[in-house]
Amino acid sequence: MATRAEAQAIPGILPGKVGVWWFLASEVMLFGGLIASYVVFRLGSAGWSTESAHLSVPIAAVNTLVLLTSSLTMVQAFAAVEGGDQPRLRMHLGLTILLGLTFLGIKAFEYTFEIRAGFTPGAGIFWSFYYTMTGLHALHVLAGIVVNTLLFVRAGRGTRNWHQVELAGLYWHLVDIVWIFLFPLLYLT
Amino acid sequence: MADTAFATVAEHSAHVHDVKPGFWHTYVFSTDHKTIGKQYLCIGLIWAVVGGLLAYVMRWQLAWPDTAVPGWGEVGPEVYNMMVTMHGTIMVFFVAMPILLGAYGNFLIPLMIGARDMAFPRLNMLSVWVFAFASLVLFLSFFVPGGAASAGWTGYPPLSAKVEYTGVNWGMNLWILALALEFASFLMGGVNYLTTAITLRVPGMTFFRLPLVVWQQLTAATLFLLSVGPLIAGAVMLLLDRTIGTHFYLPDLGGDPLLWQHLFWFFGHPEVYVILLPALGFVLEVLPVFSRKPIFSYRGIIYSTIAAGGLSFVVWAHHMFVSGMDPRLAMPFSITTILISVPFAFIVFAMIATLWRGSIRFDTPMLFALGFLAMFIVGGLTGIFNGSAPADIYISDTYFVVAHFHYTLFSSVVFGGFAGFYFWFSKMFGRLLNETLGKVHFWLTLVCFNLTFFPMHNIGLAGMGRRIANPLQYEFLVPHQWVNVLVTVGAILLLAAQIPLVLNIAWSLLAGRAAPANPWEANTLEWTAPSPPPHLNWETLPVVYRGPYEYSVPEVREEWLPQDQALAAPSR
Amino acid sequence: MTAWPEGGVPMLNWMRWLPENVSTYGGDIDAVISLIYYVTLVWFFLTLGTLAAFLILYRRREGRRAAYVTGDRLKESAWILVPLLIVLGLDFWLDLRGAPVWAKVKSQVPPAALSIQVTAKQFNWEILYAGPDGVFGTSDDLQRENELHVPVNKVVRVVLKSKDVIHSFFLPNLRLKQDVVPGRTIEAWFEATQPGQYELPCAELCGFGHSGMKGWLYVHPPEEYEKWVREQWRSS
Repeated sequence: MATRAEAQAIPGILPGKVGVWWFLASEVMLFGGLIASYVVFRLGSAGWSTESAHLSVPIAAVNTLVLLTSSLTMVQAFAAVEGGDQPRLRMHLGLTILLGLTFLGIKAFEYTFEIRAGFTPGAGIFWSFYYTMTGLHALHVLAGIVVNTLLFVRAGRGTRNWHQVELAGLYWHLVDIVWIFLFPLLYLT
Repeated sequence: MADTAFATVAEHSAHVHDVKPGFWHTYVFSTDHKTIGKQYLCIGLIWAVVGGLLAYVMRWQLAWPDTAVPGWGEVGPEVYNMMVTMHGTIMVFFVAMPILLGAYGNFLIPLMIGARDMAFPRLNMLSVWVFAFASLVLFLSFFVPGGAASAGWTGYPPLSAKVEYTGVNWGMNLWILALALEFASFLMGGVNYLTTAITLRVPGMTFFRLPLVVWQQLTAATLFLLSVGPLIAGAVMLLLDRTIGTHFYLPDLGGDPLLWQHLFWFFGHPEVYVILLPALGFVLEVLPVFSRKPIFSYRGIIYSTIAAGGLSFVVWAHHMFVSGMDPRLAMPFSITTILISVPFAFIVFAMIATLWRGSIRFDTPMLFALGFLAMFIVGGLTGIFNGSAPADIYISDTYFVVAHFHYTLFSSVVFGGFAGFYFWFSKMFGRLLNETLGKVHFWLTLVCFNLTFFPMHNIGLAGMGRRIANPLQYEFLVPHQWVNVLVTVGAILLLAAQIPLVLNIAWSLLAGRAAPANPWEANTLEWTAPSPPPHLNWETLPVVYRGPYEYSVPEVREEWLPQDQALAAPSR
Repeated sequence: MTAWPEGGVPMLNWMRWLPENVSTYGGDIDAVISLIYYVTLVWFFLTLGTLAAFLILYRRREGRRAAYVTGDRLKESAWILVPLLIVLGLDFWLDLRGAPVWAKVKSQVPPAALSIQVTAKQFNWEILYAGPDGVFGTSDDLQRENELHVPVNKVVRVVLKSKDVIHSFFLPNLRLKQDVVPGRTIEAWFEATQPGQYELPCAELCGFGHSGMKGWLYVHPPEEYEKWVREQWRSS
């Protein structure tokens, strides 16, 4: 029983890619809504930078590097797929997952540090935004790690899932790009 | 060529029936778009009954305040607010969306483009299951301590952000959760619809040969995909305000209640078009078939739809004229709002022009389509009042607004929805509905609908506010109470007017005649499949030679000319 | 007891349903509503009339085939493009007529004879009068629940606040509505043209007591207002 309908009118356009791009568009609106709200609030109130000064720029900078590198390894994973190089695919997927986990670990450490210092989500409007934006982003990172792990496992079984790696890569790059926006908006006054 | 080989494989597998699917796989855990469509339809119709009963109780209370409502009992103000809230939430998100988009989008899109199923059948199944789960969450919210959400379907904070303002705790949280799940379900669906229509059309089915209902579904899906993000963000913020003490909407530590309104209506306005467009699509399909004429200005309608969709993103603050937002924003939004009437006026005029010099058959689907047209004109015209900022100073939050949106929403969900329901019932279920019962249903619904909602314009202009449980508490409304009684009588009759429909469905499914493939002699591809279509829809996929509205073509003897019928004459 | 508005078909005669206007700008707002009403009424009859005519003229008849008209030619589409342009023009005209009315009511408060602070809460209007010294926050301030006393023919500035949730200050007879938002101070104004007693309902869902949350506006002729002021501040 065919579980997938066949592409016909426009050969070569893969449904998965079209689907993922539409999904990413909706994600852009989700984070865009949050970021726009943040920006409007920030423009309208004083004393914002005193709050954001309590964040650690060095830690976040490290995290930014971590995430950027993970995008690089994800690209390498896709390159490995195109070259048919299964071991290299696994290695780079594995690196991407590790870097993603590192990002989350650093974030967790950051949250603990900040909450211990008394900067809870309820501490003020800046902190409400900070935790919500980075928290929602972190959930997206987690989702990406889960997907990448599934692909990692499948790559080990030898299945040629090149198309799915590309799609997962698109998602992962979006998660990275969102962070590129969050970092300056939240951390750099 | 690669895709021919692909096609052969799929053709072949269509003949393979090594394992006959059991009950669960066929009816519950199905990836077939037609079954999933019917599942959405089922859940939506059940919620329609719940939403209608809530309206009955509310209307009884309004007509005869503080008397016991038959079948329910006395309605106190807390319960009234809860009913008002849930009526709106249910009708918009759990009736209109699943029926107009979930059911008919799923059922029609693959059939109309010549595909065997959606691009992502398993994602499709997941979407309806997430929707079912969302329904369960919303249903449970009625039974938690404190009751269901009661801050209006619009859920404005701070009322909705702090438990002590309403006394509702878990009901409100579950409301937010149910909506978030519903959004997720339709995000999945939207991705599926768009991908399917872009990638799975049969050869010959170019974008400008797609039936208009497909264009409407796609535009609706696009609007939803691009507008729901900010509300999801806003809903997350509301939930966090309620649970972990953030201050997005609470002013005591820097929050702003108006932020919610902007986020909500940025989505909310496109959302009403998400609901309207599919129903508009049904009417756009029905009119040519029953006038035996092409739809007037096919491309013009498409461009108007896209223009309206685009404009829908820049009108949202017309819901906020008196909200306390900067008054300088009012005129820009008034202008964009008044502009959005232009593409819709085009579509209405084009629909009327379709009838000109037609050969009109007044079967039930056509009656409902015409009912949509007439009622939508009224609703659209009253939109002009609401879109004018100075007029809105007075009529905002009065029953005039309630009249306006019921004329537009009801015309789409009910009249447009039933046009589609009666039109495609035989294709969906393989049985014909009874025409006489259908006509009775139509006329009763039309009369009772107007009896119920027209007087709301008057009582709204008299100043009656929304969401009040007892009009007699206001001296200036006491002389007009007879209008409320009239409306309630209309509402009860309107509910009763649905009985012929229920009888019709029951009779048809139990004892109705088997339906032929194309009882209406229509052109679009779904009518080339059997009624109902089997799994994977066709033995051999059709090939498309022309657009969908070639009716009464001069060189052709028949009044209709299917899209997949090869002809010696060149096609348009 | 019913009030059947006189004149015309009662339900269709919408303008008759507006409550009595006792506001200087109420006439302007009513004029906008009225203009929109008549314009849309014409369109209502035109479109529904055309629809009805077509349904009668072009019903299915033996031996007559529908015309194959696609609307793609300009000759055909002109029939809807021209009305469309008229719609567009009318829309702009309506906005043009409405803009000054909006600006008058909402853009700024004209010089006011007196200011009254109205603080909304679940489920009452707290009215704060500044007293003879005209300054809020002094010892001669007086607070009343749900009673707004003003002199006739004087511009009154209303300073709107909320203690809890969003409410809405609605004076139907003055054609004034303004949402009251916690965390914000919003100013509105009106000038009453006729003495009397006018209801002040809350027009935004604010909780279980929203229905019935209302105050009263008392518009006094000059001598009566002076008398009220003397009575209120006699004891202080």
